[in-house]
Amino acid sequence: MKDTSMTKNIKISANNIDVYYGEKHAIKDVSVQIEDKTVTAFIGPSGCGKSTFLRCINRMNDTIDIARVTGHIAIDGEDIYDPRVDPVQLRAKVGMVFQKPNPFPKSIYDNVAYGPKIHGLSRNKAELDEIVEKSLRRGALWEEVKDRLHEPGTGLSGGQQQRLCIARAVATEPEVLLMDEPCSALDPIATAQVEELIDELRQSFSVVIVTHSMQQAARVSQKTAFFHLGNMVEYDETDKIFTNPEDPRTESYISGRIG
Amino acid sequence: MTSKSLLTEDKRTKARNAAERRFKSYGVAAIAVAMMALAILLTSVIVKGIGAFSQTYVTIDITLPADRLDKDGNRDPAEMAGVTTIGYASVLRDGLIDTLAAAGIETEVSDRDIGDMISKEASATVRNRVLANPDLIGETVNFNLLADGRIDGFFKGRVTMETASRDQNVSPEQLVLAEQMAEAGIIETRINWAFLSLPDASDQRPEAAGLGVAILGSLYMMIVVLVLALPIAVAASIYLEEFAPKNRWTDIIEVNIANLAAVPSIVYGILGLAIFINFMEFNQSSPLVGGLVLTLMTLPTIIISTRAALKSVPPSIRDAALGVGASKMQSVFHHVLPLAAPGILTGTIIGLAQALGETAPLLLIGMVAFVRDYPQAFSDSAGLFGDPSTALPVQIYNWTQRSDPAFVERAQGAIIVLLVFLLIMNAAAIILRRKFERRW
Repeated sequence: MKDTSMTKNIKISANNIDVYYGEKHAIKDVSVQIEDKTVTAFIGPSGCGKSTFLRCINRMNDTIDIARVTGHIAIDGEDIYDPRVDPVQLRAKVGMVFQKPNPFPKSIYDNVAYGPKIHGLSRNKAELDEIVEKSLRRGALWEEVKDRLHEPGTGLSGGQQQRLCIARAVATEPEVLLMDEPCSALDPIATAQVEELIDELRQSFSVVIVTHSMQQAARVSQKTAFFHLGNMVEYDETDKIFTNPEDPRTESYISGRIG
Repeated sequence: MTSKSLLTEDKRTKARNAAERRFKSYGVAAIAVAMMALAILLTSVIVKGIGAFSQTYVTIDITLPADRLDKDGNRDPAEMAGVTTIGYASVLRDGLIDTLAAAGIETEVSDRDIGDMISKEASATVRNRVLANPDLIGETVNFNLLADGRIDGFFKGRVTMETASRDQNVSPEQLVLAEQMAEAGIIETRINWAFLSLPDASDQRPEAAGLGVAILGSLYMMIVVLVLALPIAVAASIYLEEFAPKNRWTDIIEVNIANLAAVPSIVYGILGLAIFINFMEFNQSSPLVGGLVLTLMTLPTIIISTRAALKSVPPSIRDAALGVGASKMQSVFHHVLPLAAPGILTGTIIGLAQALGETAPLLLIGMVAFVRDYPQAFSDSAGLFGDPSTALPVQIYNWTQRSDPAFVERAQGAIIVLLVFLLIMNAAAIILRRKFERRW
């Protein structure tokens, strides 16, 4: 496991992952190698387990009492389900953006500054200001909000809120950014802005995005994994998945016959 | 095939609309009944109780005779204390008789009955003032003395010539005299703030009874309840709601908390008597025990409302906090708790208001006692909140038990005070809630 991740610039290496919600077997023996500085898209019909799998990568499933995860996920060769790993430290390294924009009911500034504050990333106010500005620039939001940093984040439009959440996620300097259908609550213009942003984020992070929209997956990702009924059916270069898929189920899905 | 016109209601629509109108009128009727009951209740309480906030006073100049109040003439308070209130009562009586003569009022009423028009409490008041300041002896001092309860009742309409003719304690002649005195400005009825500060008084002197001890006792108990119930309830709710695993044990705990909220309050009184007084040997009648019992009673209420407030915080906020790497505790204290605060606050204040009005458990732990001394918040002998005391609702109960109708007026007045406190608390709950919710 360790060797593969080192040699081929693999960031996340997941092997034989099974997830159970109580009796329900939600993820069935999924293995996937996610590359660094790449956008990897998870596509598939509703309830296929793509979000569940995403939430294994930063152990958000831990917060659900009945969820049980088996198998190995390694980030940079370190097993994140090792008992010595504190999920809180892991989540600082693996940022997450959720389906619905969920800014804290605090000011724009405080939203972004919260992560760096609790992780002690700044020594003083000036450094914190700098982090906030840098993160908001990375979230492509700085120009729009620089004059009203102390207004509530909940007062922004949906697209701005989602970019604020991205800025909040990158403020803690994560290495991996998980995005769970980040555009499903946004209008087409805001979606385009966020997609553009995802492409830029690829320079610094390894991005994993779950999406309902195949067009979106085709637009933003380099690698795509297709999930169906808890199985990972196919994982390959995005171009290949959309032009010449190997599995008939993948083909049915992208051509609209199942889903 | 002609389609139906939209301009006429068909049969079904008519029936549906009629049903809706009927339902709305039931609702309006229900609200009207409730409002009327409330209006009648409030009017009755206010009409009967407002009298407690005014009091009739006799204003007279009295020359304090040295030969009767300080026989040795050395102005030593210790020796002057030998003259009892009975001695002072006669001085007051003579003073009033002189004042009547000076005002040119002639009356058939006997000297003794004239003396009885002054409250029995007055002689103690004057005695205390003289003992505190012996130099007053020999001087002519202007005194504002409580009138007897019946005379007070006459000016408030409670006592009439007719009831006086059947009353052993007052005669119609005394009332006629009282009217003459009022014309001469010797007697007047005015606002009585002392009702809020004086301690209770014995059966014979309703005019001197006040709520001072009861208000202090209730205040001390509320402090105990707030200091104990709020942190315990909030800690319990946060643990149950955010940290505890969802299993059979937490289910049992949850069901039992809901059950505890429904336990009759008198049961908490029995519990308090058995544990705090008999077993732990805290002082009977003390605000400490009362507060502890009310804390037990209030805990489930606050826990239930706190959990509801925590539940209403959207889970996306918790996800957001955990997603940026906050620990569970940080997500609760930095994000969930501030958002739940208005709900917690409202629940707490409503729990406190409920505790403030609670009577039954306090009867069992002896807070119904007759207490004249103001309870200390802390004393060396009794400890924190250990002095015997009473409480507002118990004082009301106590006064309604007494025979003199003047106490009924007092009790109604106390109800007004209690209602005002409850209104203030509920208003505070609403204001605080609005203030916190409007922050964003």
